Amino acid sequence: MWERISEKLKILSDAAKYDVSCASSGSKRKNENKGLGNASNGICHAYTEDGRCVSLLKILLTNFCIFDCAYCVSRKSNDVKRAAFTVQEVVDLTINFYRRNYIEGLFLSSGIFSSADYTMERLVLIAKKLRTEHNFHGYIHLKAIPGASPELLKEAGLYADRLSVNLEMPTEQGLKLLAPDKKREDMVHPINYIKDEIIQNNEEKIKYRKAPTFAPAGQSTQMVVGATPETDLQVLYTAHHFYREMQLKRVYYSGYVPISNDNRLPAIGTPVPMIRENRLYQADWLLRFYGFKVNEIISPEQPLLDLDIDPKLAWALRNLHIFPIDINKAELPLIKRVPGIGVTSAQKIVAARKFRKLSWEHLKSLGIAMNRARYFITCNSPDFERKDYQPQQIKQFILAKGNSKYESSFSRQIPLF
Amino acid sequence: MQVLVYDGSFAGWLTAVFEVYEYRFTNASIVPEGHRQDSLFTPTHTVYTSDAKAGRVWRGLQQYLSGRAMKQLSDTFLSELPGREDQMLEYARYALARKQPVEKDFSHRAVKYIADTAQKVHREKHRMEAFVRFQKTKDDLYFATVEPDFNVLPLIAKHFSDRYADQRWLIYDKKRKYGICYDLDKVSFVELDWNPTDTRAEREAILNEEEFPYQQLWKDYFTSTNIKARKNTKLHIRHMPVRYWKYLIEKQPG
Repeated sequence: MWERISEKLKILSDAAKYDVSCASSGSKRKNENKGLGNASNGICHAYTEDGRCVSLLKILLTNFCIFDCAYCVSRKSNDVKRAAFTVQEVVDLTINFYRRNYIEGLFLSSGIFSSADYTMERLVLIAKKLRTEHNFHGYIHLKAIPGASPELLKEAGLYADRLSVNLEMPTEQGLKLLAPDKKREDMVHPINYIKDEIIQNNEEKIKYRKAPTFAPAGQSTQMVVGATPETDLQVLYTAHHFYREMQLKRVYYSGYVPISNDNRLPAIGTPVPMIRENRLYQADWLLRFYGFKVNEIISPEQPLLDLDIDPKLAWALRNLHIFPIDINKAELPLIKRVPGIGVTSAQKIVAARKFRKLSWEHLKSLGIAMNRARYFITCNSPDFERKDYQPQQIKQFILAKGNSKYESSFSRQIPLF
Repeated sequence: MQVLVYDGSFAGWLTAVFEVYEYRFTNASIVPEGHRQDSLFTPTHTVYTSDAKAGRVWRGLQQYLSGRAMKQLSDTFLSELPGREDQMLEYARYALARKQPVEKDFSHRAVKYIADTAQKVHREKHRMEAFVRFQKTKDDLYFATVEPDFNVLPLIAKHFSDRYADQRWLIYDKKRKYGICYDLDKVSFVELDWNPTDTRAEREAILNEEEFPYQQLWKDYFTSTNIKARKNTKLHIRHMPVRYWKYLIEKQPG
C-alpha cells in the first residue's frame, strides 16, 4: 500500500511543481474547537535544492488530462506515467504531513478529466472533507478549474483560503498558439466571478460578523514567461490590469522550463529565463510596495526590462534630474525610490532622523546598500558624490563594485558603442 | 569599572539594573555568574535577585517604552549573547534618562543593538516554527528535537499549542536540556537530560509503525517537487543553513 502511495506522490508532485505559487500567508483562519491547525503568517517549512520555498503539499489530484496545451507537462499527447489519488489518500497525506509540522496546508490542482465540473467537484470534496470531517483549519489553496460552474466555485471559496486560476500566457495570442483548446475568457470569467464573491463577502462580513468567509487569502494567478514571444511590457501591463481590475493578491511569473520538443516552444536544454523572471518580480514589487506606476517602469520605447540592472536602478538612471535627494528632509515615498534603499530601511530612516541628523555612518549601520545609494543621496556628512556623472558612468561604477548574483551571465567589458 | 555579577536570569538582570541606580554606579558592567574575569582587581558587586527590585525596574521602563520595545528587550535577553547585558543596561539608562520612547532612535548604538538582536531572535523563533519535525511515538506523542542558536522555546510555545491543539507534543532543546510539553490542556516546561534515540532499532522500538512510511513519503515529496533545471544550491543553503539539517527528516540520506 505504501509503495503505491509513494509512486503516486512522486508522479503527482512532479507534475504540480511548475505551479510556482506556494504562499500560505494572508489568511486569518483560527483553530476552533480544539481542532487541528490554523493559517496565519505563512511559514516555509523547507526549501528545495532549487531554493524554492516548500510551504504547502502541492500536488495534482490527477495528471490525466483531456487538454493538449503545449507548455504543460501533463498534456494529453505527452508520454508520461499517469496516476490519480483517491479523495481519502489526499486527505490522509495532508493531515499526516501537517501533524508532523512538514507543511502549512494543501495546494491542490488537477488535470482535467471528463469535464471541468467533474474535476472541480472532487477538489471541493477534498477541501470539504478536511474542514468538516477532520476539523482542519490549516491553509488550503484550490485551483479553480476554468469552465467549472459558479455553484462549485462558490462552494470552493467557502472551504479554501485561496483560489487561483492561471492565465498561463500573458496574452490571448500566446495562449491561442500553445493551447488551441483553451480560450482566454474561460480563465477571465472565473477570476471575475471570484472577485465579485470576495467583494460581496467583505460587505457581508461588515454587516454580520458571523458571515462565512469566502477565500480569505484572496486569489492569485500565474503567467509563463519565455515560452511565447511576449515582451515585458505586455507581461507587466497584463499583471497591472489584473491587480487593478480583479484585485488579485499575487501575480506569479514562471520562467518557462523546457519540457517539450514541440517546435512552437524553446527546445529542451534552453536555459530557464531566471534573470528575466527575477526582474519581473522586482518590477512587480515596485508596483505593489514602492508606489511606482507601471509606465514608470516600462515603456513602448523600451519594452524589455534591463537584465544587468534592477528596474529601480534603471528608473533612477533615467530620472537623474530628481537626484540627489537629502535623506534628512525628503518625504518617505521619495526615499523608497532610491536604489539600494528598501521599504523597511526607508521607514527606519524617517523614524531615526527625528532624533538626530543622519550621516553616512548611520545609513551604513541601518543596512542601506551604499554602493548603489551613494550616487542618489546626500546626508549630514560633508563628503558626497559631487561630480555630475552620466547615467552610463554610474551604471558602470555600480556594476564594477557590486557582485550580482548573475555576475557570470554578463560580460564585464565596457561596450564600445 | 564596577562589575555586577548576577545569576543569569532575566529577573536577575533587572535587579542588577536597580542596583546600578541604588549604588550610583556610573561605569557599570553586568556579567553572569561564572563569567571569566578579565582582571583580578576589578571590584565586583554580587546581585541577589529580588522580585521586588526587578518589578520596579520593569514598571519603570514600561512608563517610557512601548509593549513592543519591552518585548524587544526580553527577546534580546533570550539571545544569550555575551555582552548583551551591558547593551541592555545602556538602552535602559537611555530610555529612563530621556523619559520618552527611544526604540526608533536607530542611529543610537544601544537602540540599534537591541533592535538587531531582537530581530535575530525573532528569526530563530520563526525558523523553529518552520524546522520542528515531529515524530509520532507508539503512545501517540509527537516529539521533536531541536538545537536552536538562541533560547527560543519560550517564544514558540504559543504557536504550537494554538496550532496542534488536539495532539500531545514535546519539543526538546538538546543544547539547553529542557523541553516544552503540551498535554491537550496546557504547555509546561520540563527539565530533562535526554538523549533521543538514534539507531534504527531503538527508534523502531518507540516510534509508531506509520512513522517511517510517512517520513519516507515526505522525503519522496521533497525530492520530486524540486526542479533540477533550476538548481540553486546557494539559495537552498541560505534558507536552510547546514547546522539545522541534523533534525530535518528530508535532509537525511536514504
